[in-house]
Amino acid sequence: MVALLDLMQTLTTPHPVDRYLELVRPMLTVRDMRARIVEVDRSVPGTVSLGLRPTRQWTGLRAGQFLQLGVVIDGVRHLRCYSPVNSQHDSRRRLDLTLRVHPHGLVSRYLHEHARPGMIVDLEPASGVFHLPDRRPDRVLLISGGSGITPVLSMLRTLVDEGYAGRVVFLHYARSPELVPHRAELAEIAAAHPNISLETRYPERDGRGFDSAELARVAPWFADAHTYLCGPPPLMDSVREVYAASGLSERLHTEEFTPSTVPVDSADVDGATTFSTSGVTAENTGASLLEQAEGAGLTPEFGCRMGICFSCTSVRRSGCTRNLRTGELESDPDQPIQLCVQAAVGDVDIDI
Amino acid sequence: MTILTETKDGPLVLSPDQVEEIGRTLDELRDRVVADLGERDREYIYSIIKAQRGFEIAGRGLMYLGFLPPFWLAGVAALSVSKILDNMEIGHNVMHGQYDWMREPNLNSRVFEWDNVCPGDQWKHSHNYMHHTYTNIHGRDRDIGYGVLRIDEGQDWHPYYLGNPLYAFLLMVFFEWGVMLHDLEADNIVKGKRSWSDLKPLLAGQLRKSGKQVLKDYVAFPLLTGPLFLSTLAGNASANLMRNLWAYSIIFCGHFPAGVQTFTEEETAEETRGEWYVRQMLGSANISGSPLFHIMSGNLSHQIEHHLFPDLPANRYPEIAPEVRALCEKFGLPYNTGPLGKQIGSVWAKIFQLALPPRALRSRFARFLPAALRKQPASGVIVMRQQSPTEAGV
Ligand code: FES
Repeated sequence: MVALLDLMQTLTTPHPVDRYLELVRPMLTVRDMRARIVEVDRSVPGTVSLGLRPTRQWTGLRAGQFLQLGVVIDGVRHLRCYSPVNSQHDSRRRLDLTLRVHPHGLVSRYLHEHARPGMIVDLEPASGVFHLPDRRPDRVLLISGGSGITPVLSMLRTLVDEGYAGRVVFLHYARSPELVPHRAELAEIAAAHPNISLETRYPERDGRGFDSAELARVAPWFADAHTYLCGPPPLMDSVREVYAASGLSERLHTEEFTPSTVPVDSADVDGATTFSTSGVTAENTGASLLEQAEGAGLTPEFGCRMGICFSCTSVRRSGCTRNLRTGELESDPDQPIQLCVQAAVGDVDIDI
Repeated sequence: MTILTETKDGPLVLSPDQVEEIGRTLDELRDRVVADLGERDREYIYSIIKAQRGFEIAGRGLMYLGFLPPFWLAGVAALSVSKILDNMEIGHNVMHGQYDWMREPNLNSRVFEWDNVCPGDQWKHSHNYMHHTYTNIHGRDRDIGYGVLRIDEGQDWHPYYLGNPLYAFLLMVFFEWGVMLHDLEADNIVKGKRSWSDLKPLLAGQLRKSGKQVLKDYVAFPLLTGPLFLSTLAGNASANLMRNLWAYSIIFCGHFPAGVQTFTEEETAEETRGEWYVRQMLGSANISGSPLFHIMSGNLSHQIEHHLFPDLPANRYPEIAPEVRALCEKFGLPYNTGPLGKQIGSVWAKIFQLALPPRALRSRFARFLPAALRKQPASGVIVMRQQSPTEAGV
């Protein structure tokens, strides 16, 4: 098989074999991973749930991890991170995603409108350190808010599949019951397992936000447990505060899911640029990132210094940059950019 | 600052304001196209890729019938078309970053490789950077003469150049190998400006890339056709040769026909954006032809547009060409274009003419030379940047 693949690669050099196969059938790939959408469910308002069948390269995930999904919108491929809600013991070759549709979310809106069975999407392997440890803790507290429910739901399902006997509390915050994805299933799980309790809160309706009293009420043993938290920034902040105050920060595991936001005023030059590979940080000056890197004593590759030769292309890990030629702002993470014609807007991380 | 230009019809003077206006107009044109990029461009490049793969597979398949001459010829033709599309409309353009905006990992300039013995990263250095930044500047743009030819009056004559036509012929036949060796700057090693240690990584890359190409075309595919080994080998070699002849011809028409201007380092020092644009326009030449011809030439038939906007998708060049041309006309700048025959004819005439010492062309023996060689090259456009007003105006 490997020999055959090597021969194929020799014959198609310099193009990868997949560049030929995809013209025949997109799901027929040797190396690239893709997935076909097999199910679309829009029954929860503002949410779309997708069932995906990945190509055979899919090797599974650990409960809580995320993967990247790529779709083409107006000619451009956009990648976004989503946490599947599957149990990690799910033996079907299938992934289930639940996406909250953000009003400015390009990809989530696109999928909400256009996803249909048969559509092919790009898939990157699961990754991320937000997952259950191999030795399961004796007690588990899962806290989530809004669409942060997905990774912790995956953890819950995994524990259920394992016949986990310890205590689990699932504390979830939402705006209203109708907006809780997989609500019926959660209720079923809780009803069937005496060691698992489900606590849903609707602070906007009932005014019960998170605080230490609430924590003591739902999980009085929280100090002995491991807590997994994913949700919007205000929830994350208040949970972190309570844990920090009790000196339990290392028992709290978190996953951010802040959708990338574009700053309103690009003329504001503030923040700092981190050149992460070299471990150098520099205050933003409004100059091009190439000049800024050089000013900080680095020697990135460059050629024309005017945006035509692409010698200076490097990856923007995170943050927002402004194209000095078009004024356009961009903030998608992990994108290659031309350092000589991009300037930092706010905190930026460049991989040089 | 003033740009003074000598054209066939006399001197041309552009004021700094006018140059700035040219720059602004072209920047706006660029912004407009960038804002409009989308699905259409994506479909375009994928349709070309599909066609290229189709020709490639057809060509490889036909080699199994290579014992029948018509099929062998058809196979060579299909494979030649495939290699030409791969190198020109796909490889050259993708490696310019024209499709980076699509964020398609496989069509990204950082990683793309073409069906050519020259490794992409080295080509990007000699071409995207050296040639496109310093277009037609003597001493900076190494595409002037490719280190072996005398292709511009600005290069000093030397007896070595008596072989000019021969060198040009060899470069044409072995073009992909010439392109591969280009980034080594062999002439600079001879002159001692470059050391052997600089070359090591380059040579390693060339060996790796060309090795794979040779293995594919001259070993693996011929072996796969069994008893037709030699016929397939000859077919693949012919396809590579056809691609070389074509690529060389198109590329030489881009900068070397009569009327194209070259520059000195002094006159281009501290250029403004507008002046950079003007230099790109005066230093390039187009070839007129049908839409199919433009595709087969990788749209390098729109060399002027390509040099103004090397990172805009090539299928946009025909669309913006009328605007660029109108801009040239508005300011009296030449817009060098003509059919392939005329452009390539004038390139070859130049190659022969410049083989001879300039003295010989002026001597009384010149009348024994063929008419094409005796003709003085059409007066190019001479651009002088003046820091101060001169008697010519302004
Ligand atoms: S240095 Fe040439 S594009 Fe940045």
